[in-house]
Amino acid sequence: MIAQAQLNNRIDTTNDMPVIQLSHVYKSFGSNRVLQDFTFDLKKGENVVVLGKSGSGKSVLIKCIIGLIKPDSGTINVLGQNIPDLNHSQLDKIRAKVGFLFQSNALYDSMTVRENLEFPLRRHRANMTTNQIDELVREALNSVGLEHTVDMTPSELSGGMKKRIALARTLILKPEIILYDEPTTGLDPITGKEISNLMCELAKKYNTSSIVISHDLNCVKIVADKIVMLIDGKCYAQGSYEDLQTSDDEKIKLFFK
Amino acid sequence: MKSKFLQNFLSETGDISRFTARFFAEAFRPRYELSEFLKQCFFIGYKSLPLVAITAFIMGLVITIQSRPTLVEFGAEAWLPKMVSVSLVREIAPVITALICAGKVGSGIGAELGSMKVTEQIDAMEVSGTNPFKYLVATRVLAATLTIPILVVLADAVSLYGGYLGANIHGVVSWDLFWNQVFDTLAFSDIIPSILKTFFFGFAIGIIGCYKGYNSNKGTEGVGRSANSAVVISSLLVFILDLLAVQIIDLLKLT
Repeated sequence: MIAQAQLNNRIDTTNDMPVIQLSHVYKSFGSNRVLQDFTFDLKKGENVVVLGKSGSGKSVLIKCIIGLIKPDSGTINVLGQNIPDLNHSQLDKIRAKVGFLFQSNALYDSMTVRENLEFPLRRHRANMTTNQIDELVREALNSVGLEHTVDMTPSELSGGMKKRIALARTLILKPEIILYDEPTTGLDPITGKEISNLMCELAKKYNTSSIVISHDLNCVKIVADKIVMLIDGKCYAQGSYEDLQTSDDEKIKLFFK
Repeated sequence: MKSKFLQNFLSETGDISRFTARFFAEAFRPRYELSEFLKQCFFIGYKSLPLVAITAFIMGLVITIQSRPTLVEFGAEAWLPKMVSVSLVREIAPVITALICAGKVGSGIGAELGSMKVTEQIDAMEVSGTNPFKYLVATRVLAATLTIPILVVLADAVSLYGGYLGANIHGVVSWDLFWNQVFDTLAFSDIIPSILKTFFFGFAIGIIGCYKGYNSNKGTEGVGRSANSAVVISSLLVFILDLLAVQIIDLLKLT
């Protein structure tokens, strides 16, 4: 079992300073213990994939990191601040530096693509002129290759396009960290691969660190600098794709069959 | 069984009170979402206008037609404009308009926010560091509180016009005579309290619609349930508030 023996990180470009530190995090819903003594670090510039079975608490984990769910105990340090201790306005300031891509995209139905992208900008960059906002919207749409959709509504977009627009909205505030909740779920393999490649390109372009929740091994292979196995609420093992793929541990093998 | 019902009732009342307290804490602090507030005023006020106007017109017409035979029996037909105007302005137009809005606006807000909740759009606003409560709840509650009284004033006017037509179906009352009698009868003590109470009706409709939608869960089934319970609770609250308003007006001897 690889267990706590942390394997070498294959990325050389990262520096050692963790941008996210989770220490002894516990979270239960009634009698269902989702996270139990979960401990893990995300270093600057690193892309970590959290792999685990459905219902194992992967989404709960990133929702705890962004402050949507409060853990029962433990510390969640994001960019130097312990998330469970923050009030609403302090959380808002941290959230402007942490992007979150929802599994369902969560685009605002009643707004056009432009308004979806402008929404966080108008609130966090209140001193920006309309021209500057337009420029940033164009730049974000350009990075996901969908400049022509600016005046469309989410209902007019395909699944892959929605995912790209949601990614553009996540990137528009130029976050330091991005949390992806199953970014390729519900997409065909080709679009899924395109999204995974796009995530890698954007991580390099914007110099972001990221945590990706995924079941899609193609996506994991493309995106992951490191994989964290979330089993029984714990960080069961971590390492590179190749390290875990060749592991002898039965629980880990199940994921790579 | 009874204790479970009581427990749920008290728990829900507590949650609504906390939600209302949060509204007051957030609504009057910058940043103000003016464009969303104006958009909601347009949806709640302007878009409800035809429905409110038609209902008010029919109510005015029907009340006049129904009241006439009784007044004729007592030889008091000439009192028809007076009686109709007092009933419409004091009670019927405000309550009927509020109930129409509880149905249209309350269910609309409940369903809209409910579907935003279950599709994680509210969470998306939250994680982007914007305040969804301020953007979604404060604007809608304020818009409902301010536009429903305006709709009631319009409903008063339209229902009185319906009353004028109703008075002329079986009798003849001139335009001047009708309106002279109406304005001779109506005093500020009739109009002001009846409009003041509609601010509370509007607030109740807005806050319940938002509370139910904002706390929606269990997928699409939950959205339907939110919209439904928003209408039921806000309609009931309209009657309870009306009862309280009548008692207060009576105690203060404003009539």
